[in-house]
Amino acid sequence: MKAARYIEVGQMDELGRLDTPLHRLDARVKMAAVVLFVVTVMSFPRYEISGLMPLFLFPFVLMGSGKIPFGAIFKKVALALPFALFVGLFNPLLDRTPVLTLGPWTISGGWLSFFSILLRFTLTVSAALILLACTGIYRLCAGLERLGVPPLFATQLLFLYRYLFVIGGEALRMIRSVRMRSAGSKKLSLRIYSTLTGHLLLRSIDRAQRIYRAMVSRGFDGQIRVLHRTRPGWRDLLFLIGWSAFFILVRFYNPAVALGGWLTGEH
Amino acid sequence: MHMADALISPAVGGTMWAVTGGLIAWCAKKIRAVHEDRLIPMMGVLGAFVFTAQMINFTIPATGSSGHLGGGLLLTALLGPYAAFLVMASILTVQALFFADGGLLALGCNIFNLGFFPAFIAYPLIYRIFVNASSSRLRLWSGSVLAAVAGLQLGAFAVVLETTLSGISDLSFSTFVLLMQPIHLAIGVVEGLATAAVVSVVMHARPETLAVQDAERPTMTRRALIWLILIAVLLGGVVSWFASGRLDGLEWSLKKTTGHEDLPAPEEGIHSYLAQWQEKTAFFPDYTFKAEEAESGLQQEDESAWPTVDAGTSFSGLLGGLITLAVAAGIGYSLQARRKNE
Amino acid sequence: MRTPTLEIKNLGFCYPDGTEALYGISCRIEYGEAIGLIGGNGAGKSTLLQHLNGCLMPSEGMVLFGGTPITRETLAEVRRAVGVVFQDPDDQLFMSTVFDDVAFGPLNQGLPSAEVAARVYGALERVGMRHLSERPPYKLSGGEKRAVAIATILAVSPDIIVLDEPSSNLDPRGRRRLINLLRGFEQTRIIATHDLELVVEVCQRVIVLDNGRIVAEGPVREILDNEELMLAHGLERPHILRHQHPH
Repeated sequence: MKAARYIEVGQMDELGRLDTPLHRLDARVKMAAVVLFVVTVMSFPRYEISGLMPLFLFPFVLMGSGKIPFGAIFKKVALALPFALFVGLFNPLLDRTPVLTLGPWTISGGWLSFFSILLRFTLTVSAALILLACTGIYRLCAGLERLGVPPLFATQLLFLYRYLFVIGGEALRMIRSVRMRSAGSKKLSLRIYSTLTGHLLLRSIDRAQRIYRAMVSRGFDGQIRVLHRTRPGWRDLLFLIGWSAFFILVRFYNPAVALGGWLTGEH
Repeated sequence: MHMADALISPAVGGTMWAVTGGLIAWCAKKIRAVHEDRLIPMMGVLGAFVFTAQMINFTIPATGSSGHLGGGLLLTALLGPYAAFLVMASILTVQALFFADGGLLALGCNIFNLGFFPAFIAYPLIYRIFVNASSSRLRLWSGSVLAAVAGLQLGAFAVVLETTLSGISDLSFSTFVLLMQPIHLAIGVVEGLATAAVVSVVMHARPETLAVQDAERPTMTRRALIWLILIAVLLGGVVSWFASGRLDGLEWSLKKTTGHEDLPAPEEGIHSYLAQWQEKTAFFPDYTFKAEEAESGLQQEDESAWPTVDAGTSFSGLLGGLITLAVAAGIGYSLQARRKNE
Repeated sequence: MRTPTLEIKNLGFCYPDGTEALYGISCRIEYGEAIGLIGGNGAGKSTLLQHLNGCLMPSEGMVLFGGTPITRETLAEVRRAVGVVFQDPDDQLFMSTVFDDVAFGPLNQGLPSAEVAARVYGALERVGMRHLSERPPYKLSGGEKRAVAIATILAVSPDIIVLDEPSSNLDPRGRRRLINLLRGFEQTRIIATHDLELVVEVCQRVIVLDNGRIVAEGPVREILDNEELMLAHGLERPHILRHQHPH
């Protein structure tokens, strides 16, 4: 079992529970900014490279001000990379139109779009991770609910998250005991898998029934109520307006090209 | 089978977000309507269960390689289609947030591909026909495998469609189909086996858990299904027409009028100014349906003409880009250093 | 205001699959009493507890709260007055922060926000866990979880607190803290447990269950000191009584 994933979740959870000015911002404005960011990134033409660069300011500033270690985010992005790499790699093979010569090298449109894909991937995926790391799942779900997501779904996210470690821990103990009795074999046959997973499921169902009893014992009537303890203020608004302005600016005006042009004396 | 953000155009991603968002709201309404309060903790815990089960690998009989449960079909068998769809959506959301599986823009696609087909197609149209609380082993195993395969084939095909419609990957529609469908045939068989394996234990030990499902037949009417598909097609069509056709047209016409991609700055006059503005407002770039392009050679030529930029500008662009990146990283780093000192 | 006594009259219960769990249970519990409910595994303790706030409905006989039988109609009122602390705090703490878990009950009662917050902090203060209010429950230690679980019940200010194995999985310090806490409550306490020393320290009266029946009932020392009776029902005389000599 990939227990490492739980450590990953735990790590992100730690980050999400930090208390920095960024963490204290209303979850809704952070969500809105990230959505705008992703749309901006994806709205660039497919061969765009330099125009995407200024957008890195967003993840870097967020990581910087939210005490989020760069390494933790980049490691996750790298781990998630293979799929984009796999599909993106067809581009250099299929699109061989030369578009750019850099000294002796000719670069095809395929390579350009491939690199563009990787850049976009890094930007959008890191933005999603940072959103979580600087908000925390709990504040995120509360924000989602206040944004009009069905409460049932917001609750579902929280419940799922709450019991991840409980069920994961049970699974780990069961697997360990199977391993101890299976002479070191790391593989589970379908028969043993069936028993193990089946019983994990039965235990989960029992647990759900106990939780339900605990809920009705405290007056649960089908609706989960939460006391919202934060209110959006001018800081939140400023955050959203500032970043939106930045996204619009770099979408229509490429500071990277201007800077490069100025440095190389070209126009 | 997670779709990744980088391969999806905002139009496709946005459309699928809308479709999925609508489905979530609809499912939530359906569940509210039946007043099954005990479903709420059950959904949460079973979501955690599937999340965990996805990490437990077993040896696939007669092959030696290993596979794991996806969970869409199993959840539907236990909770019914509406709750199962919500649970799958929550699992994928958590994965997108915590592990960057897919990403935010692709989340709508992923939820649809992995949640909709098993819950609303494979389960009612295949699984239910084969399996009920008193089914024989043969029926259970064959029904599960068939339903899982069907669900995953549809899901894989949706991935291909969404990727092709996005037009970011150069992979042609037919190649991608040939790549995806066979892989997902295998994955589907594994999913079916795992589902049947788990269901058989529950059937034996706690048949009443599944019997609840028997009472609550999926009430998704054919009419609702047709409406859903129609809306999806319509939305997708309109949005991608806006995103690609229309604005592409703008770009093409712009090129015709100016004859150049980068408008020479010194050229003054209201016309060029407007044109420049128009170019900049072409917010959604040239994402077009690739298959269409392949058919039309003319467009292909245009396509190859479009990215031609002269080396100087690009070199300076590249240089400037790298510096910008360094500056961005520097700002973030210094912010972090400052915070640490606090 | 009526006195919140709890009365069980000839209670019998049979699970849907046909297993009979309780037969002819009758007893009366006055307000403020601390009752130990003891018996071996499968004696019917948990089943009986579930009847006390209507999680299970009797197949036979009835449970009366303040003189009125517990029925579907009186359920909401009974649940407000009878708080149950479940055996596994992970079942009881299902929200994402300690605050939300403790606020769950008061919010369901429809109390105004300020009152809810006051109740939450008051309950957490009572169990000494106020500093944990923003923590996620799964990050707490066993003892902290138990204390917070008790706070979730205190926040609804019940007249009767029912506890299922409250000292399981606690280290000695956590257990000591729990005992002191339980001794300090003025509400009725009904404690199902295998921890007989805890019963000696906290309760005045015990009810011994075996095979779904009440086999003995009386003052703690009288019952628990009866070695013959204890052994006959899969229990044993607690050490604490062996070493206490009357001076």
